[in-house]
Amino acid sequence: MQGCRAVAIDKVIEVPYALEIPVGPQHPALHEPLLLKAYADGEEVIKVEVHTGYNHRGIEKLAEKNSFYRDIFIVSRVCGICNGVHANCYVRAVEQILGIEPSPRAKYLRVLAMELERIHSHMLINAVMAEIIGFDSLFMNIMRDREYIMKSKEIVTGNRVSADYMIFGGVRRDLNSEKVDKLKKLLDRVIPRIKYYKKLFMEDETILKRLVDVGVVKPSEATLYGLLGPAARASGIKIDVRASDKYDAYGEIPFNVIVRNECDAWARMMVRWDEALESAEMVKYILDHLPQDEKAVPDERRLPRRFPPGEAYARVEAPRGELIYYVMSDGKPMPYRVKIRTPSVHNILNTAKFYIGYSIADLPVILTSWDPCISCMERLTIIDLKTGERRKVPMKELAGGGKKWVNPRYSL
Amino acid sequence: MEKENKSNGKAKIIRYTPWLVHFNTGACNGCDIEVLAALTPFYDVERFGIKLAPSIRHGDILVVTGAVTKKAGERLKRLYEQMPSPKFVIAVGTCACTGGVFAKSYNVYAGADKVVPVDMYIPGCPPRPEAIIDGIAKLLKKLEQS
Repeated sequence: MQGCRAVAIDKVIEVPYALEIPVGPQHPALHEPLLLKAYADGEEVIKVEVHTGYNHRGIEKLAEKNSFYRDIFIVSRVCGICNGVHANCYVRAVEQILGIEPSPRAKYLRVLAMELERIHSHMLINAVMAEIIGFDSLFMNIMRDREYIMKSKEIVTGNRVSADYMIFGGVRRDLNSEKVDKLKKLLDRVIPRIKYYKKLFMEDETILKRLVDVGVVKPSEATLYGLLGPAARASGIKIDVRASDKYDAYGEIPFNVIVRNECDAWARMMVRWDEALESAEMVKYILDHLPQDEKAVPDERRLPRRFPPGEAYARVEAPRGELIYYVMSDGKPMPYRVKIRTPSVHNILNTAKFYIGYSIADLPVILTSWDPCISCMERLTIIDLKTGERRKVPMKELAGGGKKWVNPRYSL
Repeated sequence: MEKENKSNGKAKIIRYTPWLVHFNTGACNGCDIEVLAALTPFYDVERFGIKLAPSIRHGDILVVTGAVTKKAGERLKRLYEQMPSPKFVIAVGTCACTGGVFAKSYNVYAGADKVVPVDMYIPGCPPRPEAIIDGIAKLLKKLEQS
């Protein structure tokens, strides 16, 4: 924090820490295109710039040019990891405009798909964190056990990742008792593993040394900078849209909102483990209490083709925090406006301050602890005007030249 | 676009241990996590000697995901130029093949082949890890015959 004041020297050494970007909800080696430029005085980070725009695909404009039905497929490709959540949010907003309500069984199935997504997202980011701190075998183990969840997701929705499960008035596939039995078996295998990893994160010395007291965000700062999701809940802020809005079937399914008060990177990862366990319990509850008599899959030929003028807000709790959709219809087959506000916007752009004062090796740890989702973030038109500056160090930025500057173990 | 590195016979030297470099040019992460799943124990491409390279300058195969946004497109081109020859490009996912749902957007080139020469297309949204492994294995077979 006092980094800026403490620099009495006349020049700042720019470490071209070309995060191109290794750290995502993914593998560090999977370059997600975000650039963090860190300025360091020796080992200490004194300034971080967030450069974005590599992933801007113009989705909001695209949504205005396509019909309401096609937009389901477009918005679920905002982010591949939380695609069900995006689609659910959009579909609920349009359902408000149409005035239709899915059956209770469909609502339960939607929650089932979204909670499976939350488990796999949280396991993924914890695996990435293990990789970042150099714990490769743990990374591989978590990724192996994550495959059980991917398999369950495939059984429920029909595809491992992007399944386009949501449709106006329900879902697009139903479960039968055979599938429910399979899902229960898979869950029984994965829950002990999640518990084991949680224990590992609590007890392992290497993990504790790298994560504890790194990237501390005080509760007042978390609210001031508008952090969302696990990043806020790890700072003691109890916000969860599932609990406050009780959308879909969340009002009927019991769950706890996980809050921790340690405020550091470790707490954020622990919140994710606890939430994964909580979600696994929710999935179990849903499988036991699935309403039996209604139809979950609407007849797609009978869905309304005319959309009345109107506007609607919807919000959901994505794995990374609160996700908001605003949909406006002017009576045409295409929406007049679709506005998307994703949690990663807050969690990445507003947090450049929290790197200051830590060492360069902590930088990837702190970045990973926000669970950055670059593809979510960059529907925004954030145009970087300083192109001239970028041209000075193009190759290093591009090819991860920063690796020359830091220990390869901690670089990405 | 010219493919200068195909006929000189050097391609054979990488067929036992091709090193991958993954570049996200504006993908939704769906393909990225499937590439990742292909690299990790359940699917495990390391049994083919395939490994992620730490830097583009060590890479043999560039795995491109995403619809190639205009800003990332420049980067993709420069990345390709920095790779040592022989070099190959795999386009993973419908977006990298043709642009997918984003093809008509104002900010994408819609397809990796608009920017760099592509040797193998793996369509799917996202392609399953099996499909990705199949694509890589087929490319390696092609190298053997070249």
